[in-house]
Amino acid sequence: MADLSTLTILLYVLGLACIVGYYVIWGVTAALHTPLMAVTNAISAIIVVGAILVSGWGGEHGVWINILGFFAVFLASINIFGGFVVTNRMLSMFRKKKQ
Amino acid sequence: MNLSIDFYWAVYGVASLLFFLGLKGLSSPRTAVRGNFFAMLGMALAVIFTLLHPSVENYTWIIAGLLCGAVVGTMVALKIKMTSMPELVAALHSFVGLSAVLVAFGAYFIHSWDGELTRILMAETGIGSFIGAITFTGSVIAFGKLRGLLSGNPVTFCGQHLLNLILALAMLGFSVDFILFDHLWSFVILTAIAFLLGVTLIIPIGGADMPVVVSMLNSYSGWAAVATGFTLNNPLLILTGAFVGSSGAILSYIMCKAMNRSFFSVILGGFGGEGEESVASSAARKGVKSASVEDLAFMLENSSKVIVVPGYGMAVAQAQYAVKDLYDCLTARGIEVKFAVHPVAGRMPGHMNVLLAESEIPYDSVAELEDINSEFPSTDVAFVIGANDVVNPAAKTDKSSPLYGMPILDAYKAKHVFISKRSMRAGYAGVENELFFYDNAALVFGDAKETCQALVAALGGSG
Repeated sequence: MADLSTLTILLYVLGLACIVGYYVIWGVTAALHTPLMAVTNAISAIIVVGAILVSGWGGEHGVWINILGFFAVFLASINIFGGFVVTNRMLSMFRKKKQ
Repeated sequence: MNLSIDFYWAVYGVASLLFFLGLKGLSSPRTAVRGNFFAMLGMALAVIFTLLHPSVENYTWIIAGLLCGAVVGTMVALKIKMTSMPELVAALHSFVGLSAVLVAFGAYFIHSWDGELTRILMAETGIGSFIGAITFTGSVIAFGKLRGLLSGNPVTFCGQHLLNLILALAMLGFSVDFILFDHLWSFVILTAIAFLLGVTLIIPIGGADMPVVVSMLNSYSGWAAVATGFTLNNPLLILTGAFVGSSGAILSYIMCKAMNRSFFSVILGGFGGEGEESVASSAARKGVKSASVEDLAFMLENSSKVIVVPGYGMAVAQAQYAVKDLYDCLTARGIEVKFAVHPVAGRMPGHMNVLLAESEIPYDSVAELEDINSEFPSTDVAFVIGANDVVNPAAKTDKSSPLYGMPILDAYKAKHVFISKRSMRAGYAGVENELFFYDNAALVFGDAKETCQALVAALGGSG
């Protein structure tokens, strides 16, 4: 039997991740749905991984590809910092309990 | 540094686990802050090890991008008002979308120069680019509508759905051409069509359906990350994207359910603009009772249990802090005060809870619809502030009402219902509220904030 192709493995990962995602999201309390959205915003910026690979590419086809990557990194980075900071701000409001 | 691919997959596994713990933490406000910290750690891990990746040779632009983004993102996040959260979230979705498009093009060129272009890879970049592009322009339109830069009214025209269908088919055609013949211009055109499609899909959706749209775009931004993950053969992007994608999809489902709207009819659009004034005349004809602030203060003072039903109107009037003062004032007298929050009370899922939390109302006195509805019959006063459709009994009784079937807060079951209202305007859905004509209901006209301040004054402060 030949080795598994990466595509197959990744499809497995996707399927399992959807199942895990389904259960973990239903477990989120309704009161925290806005912070949930903000934090998913932040983590969807994981696309920064791809952006870094483009921006840091060392080939000889011109600097414009790195600049294209720069914009991708910039946008994703706004998401990372914006998303996590605003989530933290909201969650700390919920933490203040009764005096 | 030369780290093996197995090592990278292990790192991705740890990062995914940290993201999972981050989401898991949101199951309770007590564990949420810690969860957010785990998620940050996961992101830091992913970024650091990607920077160490052997194919990263040029750091100038990366560092510049990360730093600029950090400054802009942090500043915006610290300054944003909680009422503007939906706009911020929409804006952030658009950035993920655009970033996905840029990464798709970047990955295409790099693989092409390296001679590693395969059909599968081209299909993946094509999908990544078009989901990203739809997310980008769709979110920009949503942002414009939420911010008031564009009209909140649904923009509909003849042949709209046909146009969308033609655009989608054209996009599919160019995708096939791109995958089969590697025409760069097909890639560009399919992305351009996707940008256009993002606009035409979101523009017909009215202001009332914005909570669904924001959730839906949240989902899209996740799927954009998934598609990019396939392009880069990166399991971390796929896992994370799938979490985000499921999150957005589930939130859309919850919002649709709360509005009794099918997902499909939201997508088709055309529902719910700004409230119309047309019912004012019929209301005047039927006659509603109005109450003064003093009447309400007297009733509140002599209650043992009060439920406040806040709606987005409360946030528009900036009345949260005045409501908190009223809360303090009543609880100081030993009166039990609870807040009943409908899932669509704000402009995005959970928005009202954040607004109440911001004004330091303890989260354990804020209850969701299914938990509190049974408590209305034993409540002396239900005080509705800036909410309308979510307390309209027509949703239960009137089969001809557009609201029919929508779950509502049973405020009408309380012994007395007072509704703070600026005018006789109808709600978002443009439907007259039957509750106003109930025997146990009375309207308190005026600005929500001024009404609450006057109530606190009439009750003699929190002492």
